[in-house]
Amino acid sequence: MTELTNTALNRTEQLGFIDLSARKRIESLLDSGSMRELLTPFDRLTSPWLEKQGIVPQFDDGVVIARGKLDDKPVVAAAIEGGFQGGSLGEVGGAKIAGILELAIEENRKGNPTAAVLMLETGGVRLQEANLGLAAIAEIQSAIVELRQYQPVIAVVTGPVGCFGGMSITAGLCSYLIITREGRLGLNGPQVIEQEAGVEEYDSRDRGLIWGLTGGIQRFATGLVDAFVDDDVSALSTCVRDCLAAGVPTLHRSDDIAAPLKRLQQFDTREQIDAQRARFTLTQGKTA
Amino acid sequence: METLHFTRPARAAEIQPALVGYVGSGDLEVMIEPLQGSQTEIHIQTSSPGSEIRWRQVIEQIEARISLPAMRMDIHDFAATPGVIRLRIEQAIELASAVEASA
Repeated sequence: MTELTNTALNRTEQLGFIDLSARKRIESLLDSGSMRELLTPFDRLTSPWLEKQGIVPQFDDGVVIARGKLDDKPVVAAAIEGGFQGGSLGEVGGAKIAGILELAIEENRKGNPTAAVLMLETGGVRLQEANLGLAAIAEIQSAIVELRQYQPVIAVVTGPVGCFGGMSITAGLCSYLIITREGRLGLNGPQVIEQEAGVEEYDSRDRGLIWGLTGGIQRFATGLVDAFVDDDVSALSTCVRDCLAAGVPTLHRSDDIAAPLKRLQQFDTREQIDAQRARFTLTQGKTA
Repeated sequence: METLHFTRPARAAEIQPALVGYVGSGDLEVMIEPLQGSQTEIHIQTSSPGSEIRWRQVIEQIEARISLPAMRMDIHDFAATPGVIRLRIEQAIELASAVEASA
């Protein structure tokens, strides 16, 4: 009984990260008072394409970028607002993320070590801005590949949206990837797969199946992410700082593909996939 | 999507820029910036067509409760209900007026 009370008390002390807005997410992770937002909503840099298609825009185009500090070290940060158009990336929002990463590259070239933290809640490219969104994502990816040579690029995927489409590749390119139980990571979203493969094979309403395959626990168990944390600001904050302190990894996950590729090539697609078989396939020969 | 524009009488007041909400299902974002003079300009983009009378009524309800400071208010509405709209607008005015209260 005493133990139960203590647990209940501890829980009230936790501050959930998932419920925070993109702006508050950055503010909650950076050193207190260090956040300086660039291209704020008051700059009115909205999507020029959504209005033409009868869709209400948002003043920050669903992306918040900032400079700030982590453990007194300069960093740049970007967060996507998952609630606005499914966290989709269009021309403006994509350029904001690419721009802040390029700013960090410039700082490193000038001899000022600057790392990056990306909070990714996104379905990927914004279909209404198709090619411009794709181009922006390509720019983000090439910036990450350059920046990660200097300093860690840390990605955080907590949910509720998760990280899908081209942005899941972006996440995979980062030096470190942090996920929660709610977080999901996958190339195609559940509804897209269902539409393509049929509901018998992949039921997008089957939460157990979806989280079993793409959820945080599975992604951590199969080594596709580096850290698994609770939905708690202080736990997440510690984890991001640990990744920063660990420095540039000796081998980036995206350069270490021979073994996973071999495992995937041996995979028999004739049999229905489930969480257990996916885990076995991706971990065989790696863990006991 | 529909674009609406209202101009209302207001009192000259020192306010600060403020932003609340976001453009998600059933919600809206409200942005306030200071405006010289004695009127309030309200610019609305809403996903709900044919809602002009409803917006006018919500604004009148708010005016009955608080005296509007001179400002430019921009609203991006994603099918919020009148209750949510009123809550967000009042929240934004309160945040914008915080400088006035502390002075």
